[in-house]
Amino acid sequence: MRFVDEYRGGEEAARLLAAIRRDAVHPWSLMEVCGGQTHTLIRSGIDRLLPETISLIHGPGCPVCVTPLELIDRALAIARLPEVIFTSFGDMLRVPGSTTDLLAVKADGGDVRMVYSPLDAVKLAQKHPERQVVFFAVGFETTAPANAMAVWQARQLGLDNFSILCSHVLVPPAMEAILASPDNRVQGFLAAGHVCAVMGYREYEPIAERHRIPITVTGFEPLDLLEGIHRTVCALEQGRHGVENQYVRAVTRDGSLPAQARVAEVFEVCDRKWRGIGTIPASGLALRPEWRAFDAERRFEVGALTAEESPLCIAGDVLRGRRKPHECTAFGRQCTPERPLGAPMVSNEGACAAYYRYGRLEETRR
Amino acid sequence: MSDERGDPAFGAACPLPLADYPAVQLAHGGGGRLTQRLIAELLAPAFDNPLLATLHDGAVLDLPAGRLAFTTDSYVVRPLVFPGGDIGSLAVHGTVNDLAMCGARPLALSCGLILEEGFPMATLRALIGSMRDAAARVGVPVATGDTKVVDRGKGDGLYVNTAGIGVVPQGVEIAPTRARPGDVVLLSGPIAAHGVAILSVREGLELDGPIVSDSAPLHDLVARLLERFGDRVHVLRDPTRGGVASALHEIAGAAGVGIRIEETRIPIEESVRGACEILGLDPLYVANEGRALALVARETAEEALDLWRGHELGRGAVALGEVVADHPGAVTLRSSIGGLRVVDLLSGEQLPRIC
Repeated sequence: MRFVDEYRGGEEAARLLAAIRRDAVHPWSLMEVCGGQTHTLIRSGIDRLLPETISLIHGPGCPVCVTPLELIDRALAIARLPEVIFTSFGDMLRVPGSTTDLLAVKADGGDVRMVYSPLDAVKLAQKHPERQVVFFAVGFETTAPANAMAVWQARQLGLDNFSILCSHVLVPPAMEAILASPDNRVQGFLAAGHVCAVMGYREYEPIAERHRIPITVTGFEPLDLLEGIHRTVCALEQGRHGVENQYVRAVTRDGSLPAQARVAEVFEVCDRKWRGIGTIPASGLALRPEWRAFDAERRFEVGALTAEESPLCIAGDVLRGRRKPHECTAFGRQCTPERPLGAPMVSNEGACAAYYRYGRLEETRR
Repeated sequence: MSDERGDPAFGAACPLPLADYPAVQLAHGGGGRLTQRLIAELLAPAFDNPLLATLHDGAVLDLPAGRLAFTTDSYVVRPLVFPGGDIGSLAVHGTVNDLAMCGARPLALSCGLILEEGFPMATLRALIGSMRDAAARVGVPVATGDTKVVDRGKGDGLYVNTAGIGVVPQGVEIAPTRARPGDVVLLSGPIAAHGVAILSVREGLELDGPIVSDSAPLHDLVARLLERFGDRVHVLRDPTRGGVASALHEIAGAAGVGIRIEETRIPIEESVRGACEILGLDPLYVANEGRALALVARETAEEALDLWRGHELGRGAVALGEVVADHPGAVTLRSSIGGLRVVDLLSGEQLPRIC
């Protein structure tokens, strides 16, 4: 039978779990930064296998979740314009704005299309010179190079019908904001491996130094996470701080220099509002002035937008690791993946969706 | 055959032989001579059988003993032709499989075509040929049919509806409510190939090597299981839209039992798994068109598995998990590292993630 070989993974997992149980003497709170890691933890049941001394706090690393409501409303307004082909990665399509989402705009006749790469959106712009193609450029450092490349390519091709609606965010300022918060509980980080594959981990070294905490660059497979947890716990038990790299198969200290160069050419650092958290200084990327011709916010005048979050939603607390999704009174009641009140219930990477999809065993038993 | 479209403007036209029309005209659905030619020159010869030959308003069938199963399904797949199949063969397999999952032997199919004006006649001919071949392989007649043509821009080339009737032999009692604790969940082969094959063509994904749909008729695979084990086969289901996860979820809900599956036993081709990983799709929720799930009594499971593995469409069969009394209505999965989680229903379509 195929995939029996995955038992090897099972044995290795048992070894790592035993090591964690052996070495985690004191209680520790770790944050996995990336929503992809949250999903692996819950999907593979690691959260249930860890000793009680270790508490995992789910971080804000879900691009869908932290994109501000106003920007989603702006996306919806632009997507309704008849001349626009609005393109987006799949998991932004169902994120609720104030009143509706992109899938509903599509059902109402808006030309909304799911793409797998921003470069596909550039191809669409080439193919439809009479239309305006907009790409919803959200994400962390992981997606920034491809988005920068799309804008760069559009200029090379002389396309005046391509633009991006940009809401890029950066991980290190968010980690700083969490550590600086007076009620911070995070004692060690599992840094997001894919972000570090692009950016390397030099920029985490001063954070580890300043706050005297361990940061382990960690991958996304179950064994990666177990190893990342084990290394972080060992560092905490031994009183060490600094950056370690568990994800050596993808990450180097310097990261991808060509990708960083392209990002720096097209984008500049800006202050950015995070949904549920608020504005964090120097935590985002915006198009540089010489590239602003490709800024959809400037190209399409859709008026000033103000947006209000549902008063029930505690997404901000969830994203900051203050509360767990199931501690929300609306969880699984007013707020479900069918009718999400907040973005973490929508995305594959959202903590609420992960709890809802994978973690309701106890609830089912009741 | 009934057709109420009736367009008098075309009534007096002197129709050319079908071969002289490179594309479908509105009049091919008009009920007049062009419709007759379409039937006489393309559809009737393709599906040639005594039931259809009468070209009556409906087919009249002799019934063997047993109970009737009756099902219908509409096919709107894009692209019309994909690696491993096309809308023609799929329209046969899908409906035959729905009958098979009732424990029924297929007796007859109907074929409803909704064509868009301008649809290439050569493509239609090829797809009807594929449908004919698929029906012949199953040995089921297409006993009646209907053709409509809609204005250009009002359809999407071709939609197909097939209905099917079949006979459930005596002693066969298939129902989702029959799942009981201790039953073993059998799965006939590797999952997710159909959904990923369609997606990769539709989205122009550049993958290493083509991924081929699993589209296939399951009537024989099921018939052999039922002949041998009769009512010890409790539930049958083909995990189409929503995949294995949704099918098991429905069974657990209907029977008020829990179902527990083992992640390490989920069969999936490496190429399909790779594509799912890249796209952020969970293969448990991806559509299959040639796979069957069977819940069988525990004492039967090993023999049933051997029987399936000896069949060309069941070579990759596995025992995926079991029915449990714990957590009624829910499906759980033991992960490769030994953790347990809930396998929930999806809220909508799976959406590929950002990063």
